[in-house]
Amino acid sequence: MSEFKSGSNLEKVLKAGHFAFTGECGPPKGANVEHLKEKIAHLKGMVDSVNVTDNQTAVVRMSSWAASTIMLQEGVEPNFQMVCRDRNRLAMMSDILGVSAMGIRNMLCLSGDHQRFGNHPQSKNVYDIDSIQLIALVKKMRDEGKFMNNEDIDVSPKLFIGAAANPFADPYEYRVYRLANKISAGVDFIQTQCIYNMEKFRDFMKKAVDMGLHEKCYILAGVTPMKSIGMAKYMSASVPGMDVPDSLIKRLQGAEKGKVAEEGIKFALEQIEEFKEMKGISGVHLMAIEWEHRVPEIAERARLLPRPKV
Amino acid sequence: MIIADRKPINELLEMIKDCKKILILGCKGCVTVCNVGGAKEVGILSSILKIARKKEGTALAIDENTLERQCDPEYIETVKDIINSYDAIISMACGVGPQFLSEMYPKARIFPAVNTTSFGGSLRHGVWAERCAGCGTCVIHYFDGMCPVARCSKSLLNGPCGGSSKGKCEISNEIDCIWDMIVRKKMEQGRLDDLLVVKEPKNWQTARDGGPRTSVREDIAL
Repeated sequence: MSEFKSGSNLEKVLKAGHFAFTGECGPPKGANVEHLKEKIAHLKGMVDSVNVTDNQTAVVRMSSWAASTIMLQEGVEPNFQMVCRDRNRLAMMSDILGVSAMGIRNMLCLSGDHQRFGNHPQSKNVYDIDSIQLIALVKKMRDEGKFMNNEDIDVSPKLFIGAAANPFADPYEYRVYRLANKISAGVDFIQTQCIYNMEKFRDFMKKAVDMGLHEKCYILAGVTPMKSIGMAKYMSASVPGMDVPDSLIKRLQGAEKGKVAEEGIKFALEQIEEFKEMKGISGVHLMAIEWEHRVPEIAERARLLPRPKV
Repeated sequence: MIIADRKPINELLEMIKDCKKILILGCKGCVTVCNVGGAKEVGILSSILKIARKKEGTALAIDENTLERQCDPEYIETVKDIINSYDAIISMACGVGPQFLSEMYPKARIFPAVNTTSFGGSLRHGVWAERCAGCGTCVIHYFDGMCPVARCSKSLLNGPCGGSSKGKCEISNEIDCIWDMIVRKKMEQGRLDDLLVVKEPKNWQTARDGGPRTSVREDIAL
């Protein structure tokens, strides 16, 4: 019996006590394998695992399991994302078995953005089960070897189970309890929503640590460098559950012409330094949206290289 | 009650474009209460259609009638002697009415005048909102009388999701986040612990997912 639940690189890195560093990659809007491979190449050796998004913002893309499989072939460990919007429990369980069969060892369980945001707002949504129930389902399949209906599984899936947490959504007071619910459902690791309001995040983590939640799962802090003032303003005004303080927007506005992106990276690097020391934080999840080619530079400047071999 | 909105006039004109004589049939049930398909709305629709057809130069004869209910054979039967004398019947009842009419009168052409939207109630004069999804297994006792199945855009049983912001749903500032309301009520009443138990997946067999539903009351069924 292995000491590991899944044996994924991410699980080994975290269990060995290293400060984990994960990345993110959105599959192409098409079957463009070459473009996907290009994005993956930027991340190779730079991070411990890469999230592969599942029709993010409800926009149709290459399926997350297929892109995860391509990533695996390219020698990069995927963190397969699954949302509850598009699949009922049958499709979920068969994809869980499918990805495990293909050698995928991490899975992130999400509710998913509502289809109203996406490019097919006319679609029917599923939400047969929710993200917390999905966590419990994967755990049951992995640890008990049973389907949701209690029938036996012939060879259980091996997956390190992840979920998201958004300390910046409302009601704030409840957010730490929602994290606790994800832990009791069986989550192994958490990646937070992009953090910009550090003061609020410190408070959130203090509450989580006071409840001992950091001892029950690994918490990775979400970082997305701001590329422009427009991006910061858009996130502040138009992305639900996103908290971008005015002070950050002012800081970006104060940057010299042509240096806004650099200022955004500097802020991200300062955050990463603080997360390295923050109690309860086991790593950083870098969501460099369509900025995969900047990840090596950020990893280098954040002194997160080389990644541990475990 | 059942809430409905009247269909656009052009859609109705298209349905009846070949007709010379129609019956507009209202309903004194829910659609009267939500001001969409009662006797008053039958009269208004009749005038609008007549004027529109007159403009087109293709006159339309319209009779008007409003039944007690269109979800009960006993009332549907009351039009049996006249129904086949029309080119078409426009029912202003919810989606149930046209179907009861169609089943009882196989020769008649039946069209719906409304889009049936939900089970709900009146928030204020002229505004109605959904409250129930008719899932067949009520769970609102877990949520202090508020229903996340009907009112959470994702029907989450373990909410709120990461898109809840300032009491509103991620899909629109016009929609309250029901999970925000549930959590706040639990906190105010000091019963947040109720929400620290993970709710099991729902059995959707009693909802539409289990196929069309029939309720039988053995004690009174003939």
